[in-house]
Amino acid sequence: MTEQLIEKIETMEKKHEKEKHQREKEYPKSSLTLKIYRANRRAGESPHYDRIEVPVQRWTTVLDALLYAKAYKDQSIGIRYSCRMASCGSCGMKINGIPRLACYTKVSELQGREITVEPLSNFPHIRDLVTDFSQFFAHHHNVEPYIQNDIADMQEKNKLTEFIQTPEDVDKYLQFSYCIKCGLCYSACPTVATDTQFAGPQALSQAYRYFIDNRDTAPKERLNIVDNRHGIWRCHFAGSCSAVCPKGVDPALGIQLLRGHLLGYSKNEKKVAELEERQKRD
Amino acid sequence: MEHLCSLGGNNKKMAMLRESQIMKIHYITGVAALFVVAVHIMMRIAIMPYGMSLEYENVIANYQNIPYIVLLESILVLVSIHGFNGLRVILLELRQSKKWEDGVTVLTIAAMIALIAYGTRTIIIANGLGFE
Repeated sequence: MTEQLIEKIETMEKKHEKEKHQREKEYPKSSLTLKIYRANRRAGESPHYDRIEVPVQRWTTVLDALLYAKAYKDQSIGIRYSCRMASCGSCGMKINGIPRLACYTKVSELQGREITVEPLSNFPHIRDLVTDFSQFFAHHHNVEPYIQNDIADMQEKNKLTEFIQTPEDVDKYLQFSYCIKCGLCYSACPTVATDTQFAGPQALSQAYRYFIDNRDTAPKERLNIVDNRHGIWRCHFAGSCSAVCPKGVDPALGIQLLRGHLLGYSKNEKKVAELEERQKRD
Repeated sequence: MEHLCSLGGNNKKMAMLRESQIMKIHYITGVAALFVVAVHIMMRIAIMPYGMSLEYENVIANYQNIPYIVLLESILVLVSIHGFNGLRVILLELRQSKKWEDGVTVLTIAAMIALIAYGTRTIIIANGLGFE
């Protein structure tokens, strides 16, 4: 009985070993060079590129490669990251010149044996691949990105209510609510590059997202916020924001739709969502 | 002058025209200019050969034709408004400071008015109005 068991285990081990060899044959380990932008102006370090060779496999992401380089080659590399699954929007950087999320970009989908990683454009630089998002978040904050509803009483818990929306109501803003504020669209925007006061595609598309949401009762106020010299009219409709968005949001579309409302050729005929009192429902 | 400075400005109380209103004017004048310039070009090449239409006598004759004067004045006004607002928008993106933005706005409006006045003066003189 014991001998049989040992024999079985040995067979399984052999099989496992054979499969492992087969996998390694199919997906051979290789390496590529990461060309990493390095700069730390505070420490008096001038900008330069470091070339670090890292082992990669077909499923390795740029973030994996960077973290390998940080762990085993140079621990001083400055990177910001968190979730590693394109949810938090922290690891945005320019990969081969295009703003992308490092955790969402596999090395196998990039051309060549060298990958250039640089900090996002249009953001103040802090160190290496890390940029300052203060201005970006300030623009986002300026468009009041939250539901404003005078009818809903948020003070008394007994009167807590829910909004009744149809699927059509939700479809109007749903794609814009997928924004993770990674800043890739802001980095790709040619207007932001010249006009630092321009709100940028992220903030403007969020203005549309809340403007068209029928739970919101302050559309005019939000339109007034974006209707100024450095507001929505400075968009050149280059469309690069939509091209780089990792979540499939189309900020350029949101901006054009909002413009339509400002020009008056798109009428905002949204019917404000009704409220259902929880007590009655229960 | 203060009102001119506030054209399309960020201050809600001060703004004479909102940026959306300015851009509405910009788009309308652009489309209208396209139409009147097309009519103007058609008249240059459809009525007589292009070279002949630019001869001194023919040009002066055009200025005696009231509907054609209206067309020329329309082109002048529409293109000036559209063009100078376009220039203002480009310059606003160049630098960001209240002084610069107000300066650009005032200068482009002044240049627009000056160009329209000079062009209108040319039309009046060529027509001979008030000089005969």
